[in-house]
Amino acid sequence: MAEMSPQETATPSRARAWLLSSAPQSVMQARCQRLYLSARAFSHNPIAMAGLLIILTLLFVAALAPLITSGDGTSQVLRDRLLPPGAAHWFGTDQLGRDIFDRIIWGSRITLYIVTLVAVIVVPVGLLIGTVAGYLGGWVDAILMRITDIFLAFPRLILALAFVSALGPGLENAVLAIALTTWSPFARIARAETLTIRNAEHIFAARSQGASTARILLHHVTPLCLSSVIVRLTLDMAGIILTAAGLGFLGLGAQPPLPEWGAMISDGRQYLLDQWWVPTVPGVAILIVSMGFNLLGDGLRDVLDPRSGVG
Amino acid sequence: MPMIRRTLLAVGLALCLTLPNALSSRAETPPDMLVMAKSISDLITLDPAEVFELTGGEVIANIYDRVMMFEAEDLTTLVGGVVENYEVSGDGKTITFEVRPGQSFHSGNPVTAEDVEFSLRRVMYLNKTPAFILTQFGWNKDNVDQFIKATGPMTVTVENNSDFSAGLLLNALSAGVGSVVDKKTVMSHAKDGDFGYEWLKNHSAGSGPFSLKTWKANELVSLEANENHRHGKPAMRRVLLRHVPEPAAQRLLVEKGDADMARNLTPDQIKGLKGAPGVVVDVAAKAESVYFATNNSHPVLSDPKVRMALRYAVDYDGMANSFLSGQYKVHQSFWPSGLWASLEKNPFSYDLGKAKALLAEAGQGGGFKITIDTLTTPPFPEIAQSLQQSLSKIGIESEIILAEGKTLWPKYRARKHELIVARWSPDYVDPHSNADAFAHNPDNRLEAKLTGKPAWRTAWDDKEITALTEAAAKELDLVKRKAMYLDLQAKFQQRAPFNMMFQSAEQVARRDNVSGFVNGANFDLVFYRLVTKQ
Amino acid sequence: MADRQSEETGGAASRPFPPAIFTKIFRPVFTVVLTFRGLTAITFIIGRVMPADPVLAIVGDRASRDVYEATYIQLGLDKPLLEQYRIYLTNVLSGEFGKSIMTTRDVLDDLIRFFPATLELATVATLAGIFIGVPMGVLAAVNQGRWIDHLVRVIGLFGYSVPIFWLGMVTLLIFYGWLGWLPGPGRLDVFYDGIVEPDTGIILLDAAMQGEWEIFRNALHHLVMPASILATFALAYIARMTRSFMLDQLNQEYVLTARVKGLSPLAVIWRHAFRNVLVQLITIIGLTYASLLEGSVLTETIFAWPGIGQYITTSLFNADMNAVIGGTVVVGICFVGINLISDGLYRLADPRAR
Repeated sequence: MAEMSPQETATPSRARAWLLSSAPQSVMQARCQRLYLSARAFSHNPIAMAGLLIILTLLFVAALAPLITSGDGTSQVLRDRLLPPGAAHWFGTDQLGRDIFDRIIWGSRITLYIVTLVAVIVVPVGLLIGTVAGYLGGWVDAILMRITDIFLAFPRLILALAFVSALGPGLENAVLAIALTTWSPFARIARAETLTIRNAEHIFAARSQGASTARILLHHVTPLCLSSVIVRLTLDMAGIILTAAGLGFLGLGAQPPLPEWGAMISDGRQYLLDQWWVPTVPGVAILIVSMGFNLLGDGLRDVLDPRSGVG
Repeated sequence: MPMIRRTLLAVGLALCLTLPNALSSRAETPPDMLVMAKSISDLITLDPAEVFELTGGEVIANIYDRVMMFEAEDLTTLVGGVVENYEVSGDGKTITFEVRPGQSFHSGNPVTAEDVEFSLRRVMYLNKTPAFILTQFGWNKDNVDQFIKATGPMTVTVENNSDFSAGLLLNALSAGVGSVVDKKTVMSHAKDGDFGYEWLKNHSAGSGPFSLKTWKANELVSLEANENHRHGKPAMRRVLLRHVPEPAAQRLLVEKGDADMARNLTPDQIKGLKGAPGVVVDVAAKAESVYFATNNSHPVLSDPKVRMALRYAVDYDGMANSFLSGQYKVHQSFWPSGLWASLEKNPFSYDLGKAKALLAEAGQGGGFKITIDTLTTPPFPEIAQSLQQSLSKIGIESEIILAEGKTLWPKYRARKHELIVARWSPDYVDPHSNADAFAHNPDNRLEAKLTGKPAWRTAWDDKEITALTEAAAKELDLVKRKAMYLDLQAKFQQRAPFNMMFQSAEQVARRDNVSGFVNGANFDLVFYRLVTKQ
Repeated sequence: MADRQSEETGGAASRPFPPAIFTKIFRPVFTVVLTFRGLTAITFIIGRVMPADPVLAIVGDRASRDVYEATYIQLGLDKPLLEQYRIYLTNVLSGEFGKSIMTTRDVLDDLIRFFPATLELATVATLAGIFIGVPMGVLAAVNQGRWIDHLVRVIGLFGYSVPIFWLGMVTLLIFYGWLGWLPGPGRLDVFYDGIVEPDTGIILLDAAMQGEWEIFRNALHHLVMPASILATFALAYIARMTRSFMLDQLNQEYVLTARVKGLSPLAVIWRHAFRNVLVQLITIIGLTYASLLEGSVLTETIFAWPGIGQYITTSLFNADMNAVIGGTVVVGICFVGINLISDGLYRLADPRAR
């Protein structure tokens, strides 16, 4: 939790004073204040900062991929296969003589693509189902929550597997499959949050002013669910990456020659004994990136969720 | 603090129990037991009338003696197995078999003509996948009783109801469907007129050197020696095929001595095994071909010039000398090298200039897009990726789709593929086995659904080739027959929508105290009965 | 588990009837039935739209047209989809899960054979997770903000972040390949196979009951590696949750009071704070156990462990839908069952949740 020490406010600039004023004059100011305090608490949290640093590096590397690498990571040189890490190939080469460093860098784009797309699907769906169920209650709630329960009860990786085998392997289908297995906890969280605020005064006020259900859900309920959803999302990112890698490992994710990290481990696993770098480098890459998301999520939770992490 | 104490106690106990013992893990298999690490996920039945997959074929070859056989001691000569001798009638239509006296099944029942008759008829009655090997001789479940008959207690006559040669028929009887099963035992387990099918799927009733003890799908197959086998009791009392899907794990097992043999190592792992103490690598040429097939109903790929261009856009040697090295060699005809009547000529090489020129000639100089379907297991993804790269150099963009066989084959059988990289092993050791599949398409209509034949699957309607295949199968003169197959293979190389690329060799890593493992060219010419251990 | 709690209270309040008692008894049953319906329906649909062909799984790719069609009809695939589903449900309700294509045996027999392997693995892994994770979590909470706390946190996050299948490969290489301390893949050394009668299917139990201690030891050795790999995840989750539950408790007033009163810190931690945390922990452990029971497909693949996860996956690739549905239903029911049990325990132990 953010501890305000008095010294920090000793040399206040005007903006700072505005941000730290104990009596905010407007809703806007109050919101900015909260954001500022959170950001400050966040920046004092070494774990969270480490996570942020990793994720920023990932974004940076992904964005600059064409500049950092010498090719697109798919060009093969059969006589240079399975070279150990060295000056020419920092992370060595794989079974088809492709530069592993290049592949890891380009693979970061695939990882980002997957997590972004899953998030873009899962959050709205989870929010919609959860808030509707929580707000309307009754039979709507019962039906929506039973459906959610069924998805929760389904073995996750197996559902994803079944789904991908039904649609055919490929990056987009893997994303859909992961989304299918990931949305249900978000619905649960959104519903729980909605239940606690459903009878709050400002919502009551909005309702009595004749606001439609859709409007109330969108403008009054959803924003309040967002912080716990975001925390959960960040923590789930690692899970998404690992599931994607698992699908890739089973040959159902990105198809060759795309340098998806899970698929790289899968293709490289037979080289573990003699050419350890082939499956190890992508393994470490996955580890670092999902660790980054976890650290970030953990830190965010400390900051955003005062109950600190129950659930 | 009871909780802490209990926790510590439990953790300590667990450590005491495991660690010291673990440090001294033993590493040797028993002297009368052969343990093989192998992927056996393709095994789905052990009924010889139904077996068509590789592992199943190997297992039944050691459980059942067949009517005709290649014996473990001499894999080049076709001899009588269950039968002692045979006689072909003057017109070549009737073959009379004399059953070898004194043989008995695992159950103790004697092997008689009635069992041979039953076994062959049963294949027709059940009409499972491999039945086509016998149906081509004009038999089916309704008429087989009149063509295959036990005419004495130890005499069986088999009448050929087709124009195919007697030599081909004898070869066909050495396939899995020629296995002789114990009629009394099998029929005692028959249910609802299934001729014991449900039971025989996971039991055995043969007269071969081993009997089936247990088969646990995706876990292991356990065989037990048959003490009364006609060649005497095998040295190995038990043979275990243990399912180890990961090649790396197989290698560790054989290196540690926890397995006597590893059967599915990749070329790179074999390389890594060099110098490992106590491990020897054997190479056995196999009749498996790796090829790609294009679809003749595809607007661009049906152009013979485009197909020819593709043949020059394969880095044959690059692949064979790198990730395929030691396990695949370049071989460009459909009948595997080293076998009778094989065409040992590889006319195509990696020549992008020629490929480009051919594409331009065909009016496809601007390039086009295709999909490449293939299997998920190595080396198929690697081959597909190498192909993808070389195709991109002649302007053909391609997308690779990997799938398990069960997903891949329906696409191929429905003529929905564009370019597919696949493999093929003959069903029996006669060039007709492959010619019938690749070079025989008597009815190219979609409704004909000759889905078992790659030639039909690629919509390859070449009347001349089909006629040549039929003629070669009927030819009685061996010299002429061989010439016909050579001619057929040469024409095939130039015209077919198939590009045969590689022929496989199995590299088996074994412990050096194990010897006598017989690993023949075809998947069902693998024998365990001569294995010994020092 | 904040959502779980509020769900219970909110859910009951939103429905005027049926009466509370009725809900308490029938809701679990209702949930199980519904989940079962949902699971079978989804798996069934997926099985029918899959491009993998169950007929080819039986007849192979070289089958001729008539062989193919005979099997197609034999499998009942010519009937309308709803009809097929109805037939399947009727069979399942009378205890017939059908035959597996892959193993040629009844799916029920297969499940009886494969499930214990997973049960064994998941149980050992969960126990390891509890025995190491809980003390770790408590330790971290008590030393909040100190290095030991950070260490536990990072270990926890590691367990969350590492690709399990990769970790499995690497440990197999190190502890079996290089050091030779632990045995390789599989449940037993192969020559021990078939000596112990599978009474329960859990080799450890069977061997112990039949007095085959050598086999017991061998099975235990084989368990160490895969169980540790799975335990990394369990441990991470349990340690993390224990820490945050404990922090909640340690910041409560009664703890301060007890301390002021002069109780030893250890007594406060274990007798008071931990006791209160226990209830929440049960839920967490239940969840962990259930998710491990789902069968860790990847761990089972790496360690050639013939468990339910591997069974379902291989069946799926072989279009062996009877096996897939059977396996999924069993796992799903287990999942719901464990959740219901831990819910029940939760309510029993915590008066506030009643």
